[in-house]
Amino acid sequence: MILQVQGVCKRFGGLQALTDVTFDMEEGQILGLIGPNGAGKTTLFNAVNGVYPPEVGKVVFRGQDITRWAPYKVAHLGMARTFQVVRPLNELTVRDNVIVGACYGREGHSRTAGAKVADAVLERVGLAERANQLAASLNVAQKKRLEMARALAAKPYLLLLDEVLAGLNPTEVARMLDTIRQIRAEGVTIFMIEHLMHAVMNLSDWVVVLDYGKVIAQGLPQQVSTDPHVVEAYLGDPRLAAELLAGG
Amino acid sequence: MPAQVLTSVVDGLMLGFVYGVAAMGMTLIWGVMRVINLSHGPLIALGMFGTYFLFTGLGLNPYLGLLLIAVVGLVAGFVIYGVAVHRVINAPYLSSLLATFAVSMMIIGVGTAALSTSPFNVDFSLGSVAAGPLTIPGTRLMAAFAAVLVAGLLYLFLYRTKPGKAIRAVSNNRGAAELMGIPSSRVLALSFGIGTMLAGLAGGLIATFFPFTILSGETYQLKSFVIGVLGGLGNPIGALVGGLVLGLLEGIIPAFMPVSWVPVIEFALFVLVLLIRPTGLLGGRA
Amino acid sequence: MKVGNVGAVRPAASAAVPSIPARFWQRVSFWVTLAVVALLGAVAIVSQRDTLREAMFTLLMFASLASSLNILLGYTGYVSFGHIVFFGLGGYSGFYFISKQGWSIYPSLIVGGLVASVIALLIGLSILRLRGAYFALATIGILEAARAFVANFGPFGGSTGLSINFSVYRQYGGPAQALWTSFYIMWVITFIVVIVSFYIKSSRFGLGLLSIREDEDAALVMGVNAPRWKTLAYVVSAFFPGVIGTLYFFKNGNVEPADAFRLQMSIETIVMVMLGGQGTVLGPILGAATYDRLRSYLLTSDLFKNLHLAVAGLALLLIVLFVPAGVVGWLRGRFAQLRRVLE
Repeated sequence: MILQVQGVCKRFGGLQALTDVTFDMEEGQILGLIGPNGAGKTTLFNAVNGVYPPEVGKVVFRGQDITRWAPYKVAHLGMARTFQVVRPLNELTVRDNVIVGACYGREGHSRTAGAKVADAVLERVGLAERANQLAASLNVAQKKRLEMARALAAKPYLLLLDEVLAGLNPTEVARMLDTIRQIRAEGVTIFMIEHLMHAVMNLSDWVVVLDYGKVIAQGLPQQVSTDPHVVEAYLGDPRLAAELLAGG
Repeated sequence: MPAQVLTSVVDGLMLGFVYGVAAMGMTLIWGVMRVINLSHGPLIALGMFGTYFLFTGLGLNPYLGLLLIAVVGLVAGFVIYGVAVHRVINAPYLSSLLATFAVSMMIIGVGTAALSTSPFNVDFSLGSVAAGPLTIPGTRLMAAFAAVLVAGLLYLFLYRTKPGKAIRAVSNNRGAAELMGIPSSRVLALSFGIGTMLAGLAGGLIATFFPFTILSGETYQLKSFVIGVLGGLGNPIGALVGGLVLGLLEGIIPAFMPVSWVPVIEFALFVLVLLIRPTGLLGGRA
Repeated sequence: MKVGNVGAVRPAASAAVPSIPARFWQRVSFWVTLAVVALLGAVAIVSQRDTLREAMFTLLMFASLASSLNILLGYTGYVSFGHIVFFGLGGYSGFYFISKQGWSIYPSLIVGGLVASVIALLIGLSILRLRGAYFALATIGILEAARAFVANFGPFGGSTGLSINFSVYRQYGGPAQALWTSFYIMWVITFIVVIVSFYIKSSRFGLGLLSIREDEDAALVMGVNAPRWKTLAYVVSAFFPGVIGTLYFFKNGNVEPADAFRLQMSIETIVMVMLGGQGTVLGPILGAATYDRLRSYLLTSDLFKNLHLAVAGLALLLIVLFVPAGVVGWLRGRFAQLRRVLE
């Protein structure tokens, strides 16, 4: 078990953002986290990697209780993430962005060694020829790849992907899906939030569904997509509901 | 309490009202546009000279002169906003700090050249009021009274008038206010104008009882920061209360230690409040 | 391979660039900066004129103050209005050992720097939690509190400060020679500051600082121990003003609170960093040189001498409004090829 989330609760003022969230992740799998808008998916990521520590509950990563650890310590242990809204380090070059990941991630490289790791990763995600540009000058799809590259350069055991497909055109989506499959093939466990239902259903080994901060279903993709609770949760959004059914 | 301490406390409180007016201007600008106005001090000093020239030059009663200072201050605020602040309103905050500091340098530069740095004095007296063991100079009493009046008017303006409500809306959430059709640029300019007006008024009042130079504003600017943080940055009413707290401290501390320790305690308190409750003891406005 | 929609637009340019390693250009920029510092000092030595030496002392002093501030302001993105507090406190401490304990200038310089660093560590642990303008305000508060405190602090001579007897200069070959010695020390300090700030910028530590500047929360998630690194940046950037303060007061022969803790001087240092280009190694040096020359030109010109502050203010306003990245930043942005040279 690479990650165990046990009874996690998180409250923002009067809003109960997460209630008693519990699930386990197997090493090497892709776990898809889905749910309607505002269900608390990103909040759950933040609770897991220490950005907003939960008030109640436990997060165990590779056998170690990391609840309320600072995010940088979690990163050193081998958990990396991308942001839903991309956060490039604008005034640094693309290469330096990725070197930050390599230098401060799990392996903690020196700057010279980090540069080598970065170049290899940039080659892989197809940003090698943009290495010397400022990150600010990339387009959205490229920025998403940069987020991915930064996370990969950290050589994580567990990769948290927050809607990496959002805002991409179909060609770009297909490329990104390839990349994700490759990463998994190298043994990295992936925990992904995704709105694109067919992508989640095709990629994931296991799916967890959040609604109003609660886990309303989890299981294999086919099981989840036919679960009446899940369909009901998505009824407010008929398009997604249809996609959900079709995707399964 | 010995009469001397009592006098010093009452003195401090009276002064506190005036500090409050200066700080209200600083904190209003911060609240609306997240700009720390480093030209606040020199503007206070200009208010002092306003009183001086209107009284000494034209023989105008200082309190009537305040009306003129208010109008000029408002217009000056519009101009400063338009020239120096508007372009950097969305830039990193260092830009607006430096832009307002540049304005401060210009005012002090021209002011020093024209007015030197030797002290000026407004030779105006209202006698003094005696109450039991207390003797309060009339000018202090009038200043406190005028400060309360200004604070009251500001409150009415912010809470009862349409432009005032627009200022509060922009202060709360500029993006949302713009979506509601509030012309945010005009509101920002108006807020800066009012902030400048309050600086000028505070200076104008102080000039009736303290000697001053073009450099005198800096002390009050620093006090405004302290008060703004005590009362919660962005909260003009909190600033008035913060002013009283500061005035009270300045009245009480000298009873226990040499008066030169006052700024040590003031600024240590300032840093402490920033660290422990950056929204201020009275809570700031988002 | 199909890369989005704007891929492979300039294959020739992008292929040519990596052939010369970035490290090479970094070295070039480093040597250029050192050459500028060398030149600034050499001017005074060649001329052997006292006035020029004093002018260059001031210039180098501001260049190294600006450069040390740049480690915090330009690399880490924390705007300190109180950098001069370390000049004051470190300078007072070093000067105390010279004037009261009879120490030589050299160990006193180190002590001045160390005291400044230790104070920065203590202050930094608490105020570096604040972000943005709150941090800037806190640094103003600390500067003012320190000034008021020192004015009441007996061992530092209270509001009158400390001074040294002229006979102290005898061990340095007399007052005239002591001024030259001070100048040489200042020159060496400037070299050290440039070397340190270049070294930091090209190190893993420096990259962490830059990531904090760009987006502290994202940096934390990427594993950057932001609380530790920004405190370290603060400690390093405080060391130099401590050393420089000790030297400056030694050269003047006295120190008093009003000279040691000037908010104005703090802000002028920020202006120099901005003028040259924050975050670059060369920028603060050029910014300090330009600002300092402009200021002394204004002060000595018949036309402007009374208005020098106003003219400097106008210049600052124009820079902030129209060239916010500073001269070096502007050049870097304007000519992409220069980006590698002007580190």
